[in-house]
Amino acid sequence: MEQFMQQVVNGISLGSIYALIALGYTMVYGIIKLINFAHGDVYMFGAYIGYFCMTTLKLDVLPSLLIAMVCSTILGVAIEKIAYKPLRNATRIAVLITAIGVSLLIEYGTMFFMKAGVRTYPPMTGLMAQKFHIKGLVITMQQVLIVIITIILMVLLQFIVKKTRVGKAMRAVSLDRDAAELMGINVDTTISFTFAIGSALAGAAGILVGLYYNSINPLMGVMPGLKAFIAAVFGGIGIIPGAMVGGYVIGVVEVFVSGYLNSMYRDAIVFAILILILIVKPSGLFGRNVREKV
Amino acid sequence: MLEINNLNVHFGVIHAVKGISLKVEDGGIVTLLGANGAGKTTTLRTISGLKKPTSGQILLNGEDITRASAIKRVEMGISHVPEGRRVFSSMTVQENLELGAYLRKDKAGIAQDFEMVFNHFPILKARRKQAAGTLSGGEQQMLAIGRALMSRPKILFLDEPSMGLAPLLVQEIFDIIKNINKAGTTILLVEQNARMALQVADYAYVMETGSIVLSGTGSELMQSDEVKKAYLGG
Repeated sequence: MEQFMQQVVNGISLGSIYALIALGYTMVYGIIKLINFAHGDVYMFGAYIGYFCMTTLKLDVLPSLLIAMVCSTILGVAIEKIAYKPLRNATRIAVLITAIGVSLLIEYGTMFFMKAGVRTYPPMTGLMAQKFHIKGLVITMQQVLIVIITIILMVLLQFIVKKTRVGKAMRAVSLDRDAAELMGINVDTTISFTFAIGSALAGAAGILVGLYYNSINPLMGVMPGLKAFIAAVFGGIGIIPGAMVGGYVIGVVEVFVSGYLNSMYRDAIVFAILILILIVKPSGLFGRNVREKV
Repeated sequence: MLEINNLNVHFGVIHAVKGISLKVEDGGIVTLLGANGAGKTTTLRTISGLKKPTSGQILLNGEDITRASAIKRVEMGISHVPEGRRVFSSMTVQENLELGAYLRKDKAGIAQDFEMVFNHFPILKARRKQAAGTLSGGEQQMLAIGRALMSRPKILFLDEPSMGLAPLLVQEIFDIIKNINKAGTTILLVEQNARMALQVADYAYVMETGSIVLSGTGSELMQSDEVKKAYLGG
């Protein structure tokens, strides 16, 4: 039982990371129907910015987190403006291939500037090094931080999307771009804003993972990027609560497979989930079959 | 109010709108009739800025808006109820109406216009919290019109408001269109239901394969043999 609960704790921490990345995938898909394959690299970029803040600048965790989120936002919006916006009326496959190109550019660009080797986050000290022992469970301060920050960001996101003017514009554009334009909504600005929010969340995930696992490298975004994508598909791509739930499910499944079966099967089983969901319910857990009323 | 001069629109090599000119006078109801594919919807979409014309000129109250953005045109008083209603299906009636007032900042005026829309369409008030996609076809059409009114337009474009509605409902929608016009909004109406459209219109244009082939007052066209044969069923 203790081991089981410990796995749940670990799964929720990992799932938070996936959920944060999956949100960006799903929001961007919702608004321009693009699987933004460069999204995992924005997450990697956030991890490097966090590393830079905490080593070279010797900043604390929270300021580093904010800086990483801001820098990732800038990168995400720049990608959208430079690479995707000129293709607004191109075929979807053209944009998709561009996204893969952008992803490779960022990965190997980072490798060029930062070297390919692994970098390690500074060891945690003081409050951040705390461990909590509760009835045989070990919960680290990093895990607590990951979950708290993720929850804060998700609540904030829900607030923005549901209550603010720009959030309503985002939903309107994702439902019907032409109709949104007829309301006087600036579609380009709204799309940029969506990239900005998604990238900020990915940047946050990047630095949190740096704190959690300690080591980062230029290709670290590839696998979590794919898994977050699976999480988004699992929950129903384009649906925000779906990405949150999907992220946690994938995280918990992965940890359980590592813990009870064999960590070699971890990735295989996660991808098997993707195949299964595509066969059984392609629209995802929260997805509805699209039906139009005429 | 609105003047179109020699407007041409292309989709790639297809010449969809071929040098049409038309005029909508202040306070009137003008209708644009024609069969499927005549270019009516494309004309409306071009005037509201969703589609770029190849050449020609669009004047709103004397100001050239041919190159203006769609947003600018909403600000200047154009509002467009698109074909097929296009309400934001997973958003509530209330949110749809709020989006109609997206560019407005005057809270008091917006609240007033909510009441105005609910006066025209009492059913929308009852359905306020309901997702727009769950409304019936007629209610969705009412919502689409209500949403367009929320920008307090000077001129309202209606693209096939009667499409897919039961005859009784069509009558109701047209009555409301007349009321909206009486309250001071100029209307440009695109319709396939020629009989209904000609009854309410002060002036009408008939489009065929991208060109205007006929125009006149509503009653003139109602009497015209060509129109009778082609659009009024003999």
